[in-house]
Amino acid sequence: MDAVQMLGITKQFGPLVANNKVDFELRKGEVHALLGENGAGKTTLMRILYGLYKADSGEIRVNGKTVQIHSPKDAIAYGIGMVSQHFTLVSPLTVAENIVLGFNPGLRLDPKQVNKNVDDAAKKFAIDIKSTSLVRHLSVGEKQRVEILKALYRNINVLIMDEPTAVLVPQEVDALFETLNRLRESGLSVIFISHKLFEVMTISDRITVLRDGKCIGTVDKKNTDERLLAKMMVGRETFGVQRDSEACSGKPLLKIQNINARDKKGLLALKDISLEVCEGEVLGLAGVSGNGQAELASVLSGILKPESGRVFLNDQDITHLDPQSISKAGIGRIPEDRHAGVVGEMTVAENLTLERLDEFLKNGMLDRKKIKTHAEAMIKEYQIKATPDIQTRKLSGGNMQKVILARALYTQPRMIIAAQPTRGLDIGATEYVRNKLIEQRDRGAAVLLISEDLEEIRSLSDRIAVIYEGRIVGILPCNEATEETLGLMMSGAKEVANEA
Amino acid sequence: MKLKYRLVRSPAPAWFSALIPLLAIVVTFAITSIFIIIAGANPFEAYYYFLIAPLTSKIGILEVLVKSTPLLLTGAAVTIAFASGYWNIGAEGQLYAGAVAAAYLGTALVGVPQPAAVIIMLLGGFVAGMLWGLVPAILKVKLSVDEVVTTLLMNYVALFFVSALLNGPWRDPVSNWPQSPTILANTMMPKLFPPARLHFGFIVGILAVVAIWFILSRTGLGMRMRSVGMGQEAARFMGVKIGRTMFITALISAGIAGLAGVTEVAGIHFHLIDAISPGYGYTGIIAATLGNLNPFGAGAASLFLGLISTGAQSVSRALGVPTFLADVVQATLLLVTLAMFLLRNYTLRRVE
Amino acid sequence: MEILFFIQNLLAATLRVATPLMFGTMGELFAERSGVLNLGIEGTMFLGAFVGFTVASFTGSLWLGVLAALLAGALAGLLMGFFSVRLGVNQHVSGLGITLLLTSLSLFFFRVIFGENQLPPKIEPFPQMTFLQGVPFIGEILSQYALTYIAILLVPLVWWILYRTNFGLKIRAVGENPEAADAAGVNVYRTRYIALAIGGGLMAVGGAFLTLAQLGSFTFGIIAGRGWVCIALIIFANWQPQKVLWGALLFGGIFALQLRLQTTGLKLPYEAFLALPYIVTIIALAFAGRKATGPAAVLKPYRRE
Repeated sequence: MDAVQMLGITKQFGPLVANNKVDFELRKGEVHALLGENGAGKTTLMRILYGLYKADSGEIRVNGKTVQIHSPKDAIAYGIGMVSQHFTLVSPLTVAENIVLGFNPGLRLDPKQVNKNVDDAAKKFAIDIKSTSLVRHLSVGEKQRVEILKALYRNINVLIMDEPTAVLVPQEVDALFETLNRLRESGLSVIFISHKLFEVMTISDRITVLRDGKCIGTVDKKNTDERLLAKMMVGRETFGVQRDSEACSGKPLLKIQNINARDKKGLLALKDISLEVCEGEVLGLAGVSGNGQAELASVLSGILKPESGRVFLNDQDITHLDPQSISKAGIGRIPEDRHAGVVGEMTVAENLTLERLDEFLKNGMLDRKKIKTHAEAMIKEYQIKATPDIQTRKLSGGNMQKVILARALYTQPRMIIAAQPTRGLDIGATEYVRNKLIEQRDRGAAVLLISEDLEEIRSLSDRIAVIYEGRIVGILPCNEATEETLGLMMSGAKEVANEA
Repeated sequence: MKLKYRLVRSPAPAWFSALIPLLAIVVTFAITSIFIIIAGANPFEAYYYFLIAPLTSKIGILEVLVKSTPLLLTGAAVTIAFASGYWNIGAEGQLYAGAVAAAYLGTALVGVPQPAAVIIMLLGGFVAGMLWGLVPAILKVKLSVDEVVTTLLMNYVALFFVSALLNGPWRDPVSNWPQSPTILANTMMPKLFPPARLHFGFIVGILAVVAIWFILSRTGLGMRMRSVGMGQEAARFMGVKIGRTMFITALISAGIAGLAGVTEVAGIHFHLIDAISPGYGYTGIIAATLGNLNPFGAGAASLFLGLISTGAQSVSRALGVPTFLADVVQATLLLVTLAMFLLRNYTLRRVE
Repeated sequence: MEILFFIQNLLAATLRVATPLMFGTMGELFAERSGVLNLGIEGTMFLGAFVGFTVASFTGSLWLGVLAALLAGALAGLLMGFFSVRLGVNQHVSGLGITLLLTSLSLFFFRVIFGENQLPPKIEPFPQMTFLQGVPFIGEILSQYALTYIAILLVPLVWWILYRTNFGLKIRAVGENPEAADAAGVNVYRTRYIALAIGGGLMAVGGAFLTLAQLGSFTFGIIAGRGWVCIALIIFANWQPQKVLWGALLFGGIFALQLRLQTTGLKLPYEAFLALPYIVTIIALAFAGRKATGPAAVLKPYRRE
């Protein structure tokens, strides 16, 4: 008998069909991967199983019995737990408080008792974590362990893990797989959501592939390989971005010298950072999220003032310039979070205008004709599926990113800073963005690509720098940057002397 | 076959969105009927006096416009502030500041011809309002102190300040009442249709509404203001100077609220009294919300609220219902409208 | 000797003045810790003052008045919950709307019930407890109304609820990271509703204190912005129950002080003294407001998708 069965699940969000009559079954004691590209419907399906969404139609069976799951509480009652991609931990609370939240019977909360219970559970499942630590002080890997323990504490026998390795370095991934193997041996069933073929082939027993909301098929690991899976995922041959040239040929355009900066909490996030980006090259900055990339992007955007150090564009000191001046100096910026990069309630035309507003003013008043013409031109050139007067928040992720691209690139900037440019985009939009970045490089611009996607870094960059805990731990030409080397550098285990 | 309808999260058809304010009014009256019945009156009679009676005579209509005048101004002031994300709850205090300026200038502008005198009064009130809004604005922009509490507290300080003036140096020497000396004739707002009370202040109100519409939708400053109100993080990323934009907004808003004080002193009472404003600053918030932060919507709402205020007195006289009923209706209308605006995000879909 | 008497008198008054602030601030604390800014506090305190007074007038029982105020306040809290939790509308505007509504409703029904008298109706207020009278010096200071003792006891009680009960843990989680709480199976909406109801009840009792203990009558200016001061006091207290007491005492002390300064013959209009507490609050906010970070989820309505 299957541990879990999902039959004919359909879920629609407005016009978007996220799940289209999907069937999925999980056997007891197996690790079952749910594979697909971004937007294929994997997370939606699992959120339905965990009670965060309600399916429009379909049936769920646990241990053969049909059940109704209306909330996470119901799911947990049926023995289903979930560790999502974005950790659901309350930072100011302790590990123990987070684990017993919603799962401590009675009125009183006795810290001593609760701490002991959590420590005992940690020992039982061999998970290395202390009950009294404050969550905000934990590393990413530790936080994930808390999430796993949180689920196990609730006596679950089905564990859903949503893209668990997205935030881990290769070495931490090995540790996670060890834990999952141990848990599988003790009888736990695991659903492993991922879009990474290599990992899926390593850890799973069976693999189900989703594409555009439909279930393409379920295969045994023994009967398949990465190429076949890729074909199922995408339906056609994926092509990497075409790139012909190599190393840094032009002169250095952006010079970052000994930058120190503090993050929002006052901690030193950037420690003596020095980097150069040359004209006509893509410098990829690799690193696990949270090692200072966001702060570096903010400093270069003019949002965060560094404590010390300088940034030069050509020979102009741009260290303490505000965002508007930096944009005018010739830097195109693509922000990490596109929802925080556009004003959702304003129209596409307004978002395309705001950054260089002065150019669209006549005596302080809006030149509405110019604004409209400009918007129409951008929509055409960047193939944005929108009209100038539509509210930007109504656009899909891909089209929103195109608006941001248009805004950043239309002035033909000499320098482009792209932070996580393809995060959360479907395959078509991802290719478009990557092609555009290469196009800019071929035009002679300097491109700084900050990305957590190692594959992206490796396929687009001429040189790769790695950031770890706020420091640059090495810069390599692309052909020397193997995944293993990069993985070691990203986890701080290896440093490479800076090469130009 | 049974037809089922479901509320689906998808933008409502335009005709429905336009109907929402009317629906809100109907629902409000339904709810407040209960209070009217408890007070021992007939709700339909009450609503006749509220909504219809004032409009049946020329004097009534003009009185509605009189009552709407300060609301047009405070509504405009609050609209431009809220649209930029600056929660100016201090329009009441800023109004009083403007009233103080008007009371002072009203006795000082001896010999100045009327058009010039009135303009000076308005300018003075605008500046006074701005000054009263300055402290919360600086605290917000420089020290990130939440403006909700500071602007609110300034309202109370304003009231005390005015009371101190009226019971002290500005006490009318003739009657000994706590009211300032009557202002000069040349500083009074000209009447539009003498002998009715409607005065030039009404025109100022209309102009204010048009002005903020123009600023918000036709100027670069206005676009920056709206971006700060609708997406501060993105605005900052795109280079908008958040602090400066909010500061300018705060001052403009406070200045317009100050104008409301001038119109009441120079147009209606002709001297300063404690009760120059029965809460116009707060009612302005209601107007701005009813108008969904659209200047013309707020203007229309101000007129409607003025109608209710005018009607309240007839209701009270005719049916013995306390005049506070008007405040109850206005507050209920605010809450109901807030709730009903959400319906703009939903449509009824047929489900088999 | 004069000085001692002055200080004794001042401290006693401080405790009295601080009482409604304690109730109000603790009430707002529940709301804000659960993630909702409740600007309906001024109106709720007003409602409490009115309901408490009216019920006490008609039943002759002061404690019934307090109970009625408590219930009315809880309902007011639920109303705020309806707008901020169920509907998820802008909390600034809905809170202000509720204040306007509750204030005008109270005034309306006061008129309907008590009519248009020149003299406000009066009732016999709570007596002050005298069992400590015998103790030298502090005895006089600590002879307070029963409600004042309760106000002080609120500090350990609210602390215990927040940090030593499961419900308190839920409140704290829901106020910092409602998604996390939801994923853990906590009913975010219900937790916030209950927190708002408890908060509203406390706020209303604070208002009732003024009519039932301090004044013995109901006047239109009875609350006079104290609700807003409570909002500021929460920031000073850094959203922690232990610190609320100090803020309330400080403000209470200034208010009590200014009353006494009025009679010292300082050549200032008495309104300047009345304005002093508000001005001091603004100044204090300038210092405290900077680094203040409240619960992360305040002002953001929670929606599952």
